[in-house]
Amino acid sequence: MNIIVCIKQVPETTQVQIDPKTNTLIREGVQSIINPFDMYAIEEGIRIKEKFGGKVTVITMGPPQAECALREAISLGCDEGILLSDRAFAGSDTLATGYTLAMAIKKIKEFDIIICGKQASDGDTAQVGPGISAHLDIPQITYVKKIEEIQDGHATVERMTEEGFEILKTPLPCLITVVKEINEPRIPSLKGMMKAKKAVIATWKALDIEAEEYRIGLKGSPTQVVKIFTPPPRPKGQIFDGTPEESVEKLIGILKNHLI
Amino acid sequence: MDYLLTENQKMIKDLCRQITEEKITPVAAELDKSEEFPWEVMKVIAKSDLFGLYIEEKYGGMGGGVLDLCLATEEFSKGCGGISVCYAASALGTYPIILYGTDEQKQKYLPDIAKGKKLAAFGLTEPAAGSDASAIQTTAKKEGDHYVLNGTKHFITNGGEAEIYTVIAMTDKTKGARGASAFIVEKGTPGFTFGKKEDKMGIRASATRELIFTDCKIPKENLLGKEGLGFIVTMKTFDMSRPGVAAQALGIAQGALDAAVKYAKERVQFGKPISSFQGIQFMLADMATEVEAARALVYATAREIDSGNKDSGRDSAMAKLFASDVAMKVTTDAVQIFGGYGYMKEYPAEKYMRDAKITQIYEGTNQIQRNIIALALIKEASKNKK
Amino acid sequence: MGIKIINEKCVGCKICVAVCPFQAITMVDKKAVIDLDKCTLCSACVEACKFNAIEFKREFTKTENIEQYDGVWVFGEQKKGIIQPVVYELLGKGKELAHKLHTQLSCVILGSNIKTKAQELIYRGADNVYVVDAPDLSNFLDEPYTKILVNLIRKYRPEIVLCGATSIGRALISRVAVKLHAGLTADCTGLDIEPQEKILLQTRPAFGGNIMATIITKNHRPQMSTVRHKVMKENEIDTTRQGKIIEESFAPAFFTSRTKILDIVEEVSSTVNLTEADIIVSGGRGMKNPENFAILEELAKALDGAVGASRAAVDSGWMPYSHQVGQTGKTVCPKIYIACGISGQIQHLVGMQSSKTIIAINQDAHAPIFNVANYGIVGDLFQVVPLLTKKFKEKIRK
Repeated sequence: MNIIVCIKQVPETTQVQIDPKTNTLIREGVQSIINPFDMYAIEEGIRIKEKFGGKVTVITMGPPQAECALREAISLGCDEGILLSDRAFAGSDTLATGYTLAMAIKKIKEFDIIICGKQASDGDTAQVGPGISAHLDIPQITYVKKIEEIQDGHATVERMTEEGFEILKTPLPCLITVVKEINEPRIPSLKGMMKAKKAVIATWKALDIEAEEYRIGLKGSPTQVVKIFTPPPRPKGQIFDGTPEESVEKLIGILKNHLI
Repeated sequence: MDYLLTENQKMIKDLCRQITEEKITPVAAELDKSEEFPWEVMKVIAKSDLFGLYIEEKYGGMGGGVLDLCLATEEFSKGCGGISVCYAASALGTYPIILYGTDEQKQKYLPDIAKGKKLAAFGLTEPAAGSDASAIQTTAKKEGDHYVLNGTKHFITNGGEAEIYTVIAMTDKTKGARGASAFIVEKGTPGFTFGKKEDKMGIRASATRELIFTDCKIPKENLLGKEGLGFIVTMKTFDMSRPGVAAQALGIAQGALDAAVKYAKERVQFGKPISSFQGIQFMLADMATEVEAARALVYATAREIDSGNKDSGRDSAMAKLFASDVAMKVTTDAVQIFGGYGYMKEYPAEKYMRDAKITQIYEGTNQIQRNIIALALIKEASKNKK
Repeated sequence: MGIKIINEKCVGCKICVAVCPFQAITMVDKKAVIDLDKCTLCSACVEACKFNAIEFKREFTKTENIEQYDGVWVFGEQKKGIIQPVVYELLGKGKELAHKLHTQLSCVILGSNIKTKAQELIYRGADNVYVVDAPDLSNFLDEPYTKILVNLIRKYRPEIVLCGATSIGRALISRVAVKLHAGLTADCTGLDIEPQEKILLQTRPAFGGNIMATIITKNHRPQMSTVRHKVMKENEIDTTRQGKIIEESFAPAFFTSRTKILDIVEEVSSTVNLTEADIIVSGGRGMKNPENFAILEELAKALDGAVGASRAAVDSGWMPYSHQVGQTGKTVCPKIYIACGISGQIQHLVGMQSSKTIIAINQDAHAPIFNVANYGIVGDLFQVVPLLTKKFKEKIRK
């Protein structure tokens, strides 16, 4: 079983600020981590490998520093890491990102299942996973909360919906995006961490994956951010800090006037 | 403070910190209440290769030393002193095998311990033999290919939970301390049973039980070293393990200090966070300084042992003595900073204080440590005279 | 730029004839021939051809014939034949956008026996409703839904396509956008038209709501957005409205799916439909144990509301996950949200801060929840909540 896990490095906190002068995000001093949702994808990939044998390859697109995200994935049990890093990739929106990752996967060639986290904690778009499968023209199942079985070239999975879940069967190769209900990510082992430290991470550029110049980076991105801003704070509310009786009385008084 | 740790040691610290934050701290209060043995955490530690830190690579370990073990114990103890002692007590039970075991004995027992498949425990203390270890009553009588054990050990950490026990018993009562020997006893051996689980003040996630031997027959191959070496085995084992107790105390102290700093910043009285009051600031400053001094002593001692110094008894006694006294003081001050909340079980401060107390008592009370230190001083002084 | 048949590779299978939305391909001497007057360069045939016999050079930096794109579309998501409420909200917003663009609003629905729902969509603001009614479309499946929607968009060329940011919408539209090489903006909370260039201004939260970003798609059509539920206002039903219902039919190839549904399971606990509730009473770490949630249930019952929970309460096992409000749970927008013993971590706030009125009850006067609360009570929730329940019951009785 050849498993590919696509991950993204994101800021550790969502408490980011905007520089009022340049109107860009202040990223200094903010630690980078693997997107929390991708941790479940990594864990599921490793579990599939442990059950069926094979290899887990983890891919990320990002700046050279994103290499440490790949090393962390290897410390958990992934076998290989591939970093897609090229100035030409800068400014990619979800369409260009999906294309770039898909081209890298085409270069890897052999794969049975691609696993992504359901979305990234910085952008929250949930578009890249389905985008990759569309570029590769393979079946996709989003919001997977359980892999029931993988047998005879098919995967049977549970897909979470607003009302419950659906059980779906799909031929391999396929792409799934996973939700946090699917597993509990493990903690790395010391041997894994040592292996990760020594691991050789391949870096692929646009030329290596034969990506067309017009489909990557800023040029390949139809969407364009024209403005970022901090949402206006809510007007200060009314706070009651008297005795419970007084506070409740005041609140009820207000609510009955204009709500109930 | 930079202690010039190696890359590997930094890795160990990071890994243990992650385990503590994600797996230990969230369950600490609950296990303290329920006294349930932390098997889930033990499994996580096992999978992370940490039970093998101080065991040679050829027996399935990571080939590290006492400092590695101390770093792990310290980190775990920040989350829970009860959980960390389950880990550290296994090392205590293993050191006799590492120090005095034959290659066969090591082959047989160490790989399972290194993988965390089996926990170990050390059985020395008896109802009438605490600080005075030479008073032990448990006997081991040689009968052909076997030794037959009779007697009761008590206050044994990991008792009932561990699979492998190193036990000190008298093979020749007439020789006093020189008549003691060390044995490996496996759980499940006929005649080897466990007494009640103790209801303790602190480190309540750990299990403390009696080991009861009633005509318990063990093969003669289970003797560690030679007959009569029992007390040497014990002393040398404690020399190795005392920095571990010191590291446990250090971790508890650091955990309490961190909690106190956080609380002092959050708690508002007289319209200001209490951390802005000098009375609190001075307390925190003293606590931090003492913790750092303890750390320096613990790490230095561990390094000294790892560098091959065989005569580290005095230094490891100092490390254990100082770190545990610091832990008691710092955790008591942490309760004070928390004020009334510090006295309540809903907040973490009082648990640190309860957990800290045992570090002044076990593996040699701090009075015994002072004896060791003083004796070493006197011995050295008389040596210099000549 | 251009499209042509490579005669040596063409085997005359006619698949391209079937998939062309514009009847631009015919067979001449068992080879496909493209009528370039009819062809819109939509590339449907290129993807369909199994023999790589159609050469197509696409200009990726700009959509062809961009000026021909016209109209606002809403994807009419249905489940079990019921149009989802987010669709009505999108029709409300879509109407406003279409008005500013002096164009028409259309809704497209895919399903089985779904045609009967078309009229209501017109009452809700649609000028045209495109209906694809087929048994194979009764439940959502990524592939057939994608193929059909892509084909319809290529055929009618709307300039804007809106879709709910639901689990179906997010999966479907991402795939559709790739096939169309269109720009897609996820999870929009604000949509408007830029008056000069007449392009769509899409505003969405990022970094868990700490940052807002406005995004445009300048050179590609359609401009596609998914939109959160409960953000836009739906139109009033107007039964006097008139509109066109256009039925579309497709060749069997469009309905095939590699993925099959084996079963659909509805979980009982999910019946507490938090996202639909007008009043939500939520509990957090301050509830201390699962039993205490009874007092919240009582308050919710008195107000005919639902009970929610913070992640802390769910992770502690006090409430099932289906009750979780926040970044990793549900996004809710009730009329009144009562947060009890919830400190107000940003992850929770993003899930409830668009509620109309937020009431916070917390012991800690500095809890961040008070920053978003319209009304706050500093005090012991175990005293305050039962008192509130009692007073509400009295008021309602009156």
